Amino acid sequence: MSLTKAPPQTSSPRRDAKPEQSDRMVAENRLGRRLVAPALLLMLLVTAFPMLRALYLSLFQYSLTAPDDREFIGLSNYLTALSDPLFWKTTLNTVFIMIVTVGVELVIGFAFAMVMHRVIFARGLIRTSILIPYGIITVVSGFAWQFAFSNNNGFVNSWLPFVDETFNWFDGYSSSIAAIMISEIWKTTPFMSLLLLAGLAQVSEDMIEAAKVDGATWLQRLTKVILPNMRAAIMVAVLFRALDAYRIFDNIFVMTAGAYNTESISFLTYRQVIEQFQLGIGSALSVLLFLSVLVVAFVIVKLFRVDLAAARQES
Amino acid sequence: MAAAAALTLTGTLLSACGSDGKPVVNWYINPDGQATLGALAKKCSTDDYDIKIQLLPASATDQRTQLARRLAAKDSSTDLMSLDPVFVAEFANAGWLEPFEGADADALVDDDVLAGAAETVKWDDKIFAAPQWANTQVLWYRKSLAEAAGLDMTQPVTWDQVIDAASSQGGTVGVQANRYEGYVVWINSLIQGAGGNILDPDTVEEGRDAKVTIDSDAGKAAAAVIEKLADSKAAQPDLTTSNEGTSLGAMYPADGPGEFMTSWTFVYKNYVDLLGKPGGPADEAALKDLGFARYPETVQGEESKPPIGGIDIGVGAYSKNVGWAKEAAKCVTTPEAQAELAVNEGLMPSRASVYDEKALSEAYPTELLKLWRDSIDSGGPRPKSAFYSQISSAVQSRWHSPTQVDPDSTPEKSAKFLRDVLSGKALL
Repeated sequence: MSLTKAPPQTSSPRRDAKPEQSDRMVAENRLGRRLVAPALLLMLLVTAFPMLRALYLSLFQYSLTAPDDREFIGLSNYLTALSDPLFWKTTLNTVFIMIVTVGVELVIGFAFAMVMHRVIFARGLIRTSILIPYGIITVVSGFAWQFAFSNNNGFVNSWLPFVDETFNWFDGYSSSIAAIMISEIWKTTPFMSLLLLAGLAQVSEDMIEAAKVDGATWLQRLTKVILPNMRAAIMVAVLFRALDAYRIFDNIFVMTAGAYNTESISFLTYRQVIEQFQLGIGSALSVLLFLSVLVVAFVIVKLFRVDLAAARQES
Repeated sequence: MAAAAALTLTGTLLSACGSDGKPVVNWYINPDGQATLGALAKKCSTDDYDIKIQLLPASATDQRTQLARRLAAKDSSTDLMSLDPVFVAEFANAGWLEPFEGADADALVDDDVLAGAAETVKWDDKIFAAPQWANTQVLWYRKSLAEAAGLDMTQPVTWDQVIDAASSQGGTVGVQANRYEGYVVWINSLIQGAGGNILDPDTVEEGRDAKVTIDSDAGKAAAAVIEKLADSKAAQPDLTTSNEGTSLGAMYPADGPGEFMTSWTFVYKNYVDLLGKPGGPADEAALKDLGFARYPETVQGEESKPPIGGIDIGVGAYSKNVGWAKEAAKCVTTPEAQAELAVNEGLMPSRASVYDEKALSEAYPTELLKLWRDSIDSGGPRPKSAFYSQISSAVQSRWHSPTQVDPDSTPEKSAKFLRDVLSGKALL
């Protein structure tokens, strides 16, 4: 019997078309709602309240150190932020970091996933080694990489033959941002590879065997069989990591403190609220940050949906 | 519900008590002079309460952030706090500091307190903190270098003369020009030394409505000094990232004649402790070659305005022990306490009379003590504003890097940006 069978046309199209529930089910549902209510309330308190509070504060010109000067200014903070070149500079910088790190992590993460999937000997050891960086706190990894890139006591300069021993990585945009991104990639590639490993495990071995029997090369098996079959896993991995990368803060805070235009949008928001105590404009920035995260999520989901539809038409 | 309330109450009460049940007055200090401050806390504890030291982070920005977060949350355990002078206005305006009134205020800021230090604790015609120790900058230099350049250091010298003298002898001029608070200290002193101010002193306490006066002849004179140093041979290689620590090593280099350097009072003790060690004077003769003079003039003939720093002791407005905390604040700022801090830690007194103490004259050259006292007495404070942090960051943003400072455009650009930032029309 089909589970998607339409309800009988004879009944009313309203809710009462549903099958009648027994008294016991109604009572159980009621109890269930009561049991869930405290958790729901708590969740609303810890998530909705700060968001609504930020929305409210963003309508004021309000500094924590001048509480008496608080003034309602409507949407002016949003206009100020959106018309300020610094906002767009940091947003572009954040998008740049997101695209580069997620792109590199996708490639390396997939390679790691293949290794973890196919490895025959010392499987536990290899998997653990690959996953170690992800277990390290981001601030700690930021400091570790800052020391590694230091021209006083770091090892990176001596390992790279084309870099001078005295080269200061944190004395300009390109090298600073490169160091930040390397740290970010090192830290979160294992997460990407974990998600992709789950996707790889779902690809049927039969299909790969069949492709092999048909004479498909390794590259053909990868591009025609494996990757199309793990598209959903790739989407999840890219979406999770892209949203994570868009919120980048710790590495920048530790390695450059935002110098040489390496600021991200999260860092800009932090500075307004925590350093400058400007609750009004800071709240407006955090609302804009929240909205832009939604946009990023929407774009990625949309992008992959288009791909999936196209794939279906091809097949 | 009642049980939960009782538990919370017990927890709160317990947290304000020591292990022996005696009430605790928490004193948040910055890491300078911990040993002496710890001893002071013990000495100033009474039968009624114990003073317990809580350590703040090393950087001034982090100290401010941590204290502000506690006070903004109305933390009742923040009883006493060591404050950088530039935070007093911000914290007082926010209502986070308990004012000292009547006899207390008169006792804490009497005629004995040096003018520069006394000025830092006043806000809105009230006394919001007790000056504990004061800091100032002087010009440190190698006597042999100045002599070789033919510079008469018995008379006030200008920045131009110092830069020219260093350049002519292959020496350098050490300043603080990284993108941080120390750079604003330098810029502010240069501008004040030319008779100007970043913000109009008559309107500076009006916060967002303060009149921006950085785009003035004084602002241009200050920019001209920075430009001259950045373009000269006297600029140190790490000028754009220099801080108090980086220029210390250039005084006694392995090769070369040394430097002229503007820096705080700790420098003397630093070189005394480094005698015969790498980076310090090789012997007593080399230590004697270390000269000190009043902060250089921005404009010839116009008295310089040395920077003012130090520590003021504030009492938290939400403290449950305001009375005891005020008592403790008085105790840790007495002349005896200031003398101990000066001798043991190199943290100079904010009271004039303490400079005459025998213990100080034994620890420091008399003429150096006189120079410090005069500098603190006639120094210039940074803008006293509830928006100081924004002002400082805005100035840093437009004046850094020093190699790009231009007298014709930098003061003008920074004035516009500062106005926009104060009125909430620009992001920092």
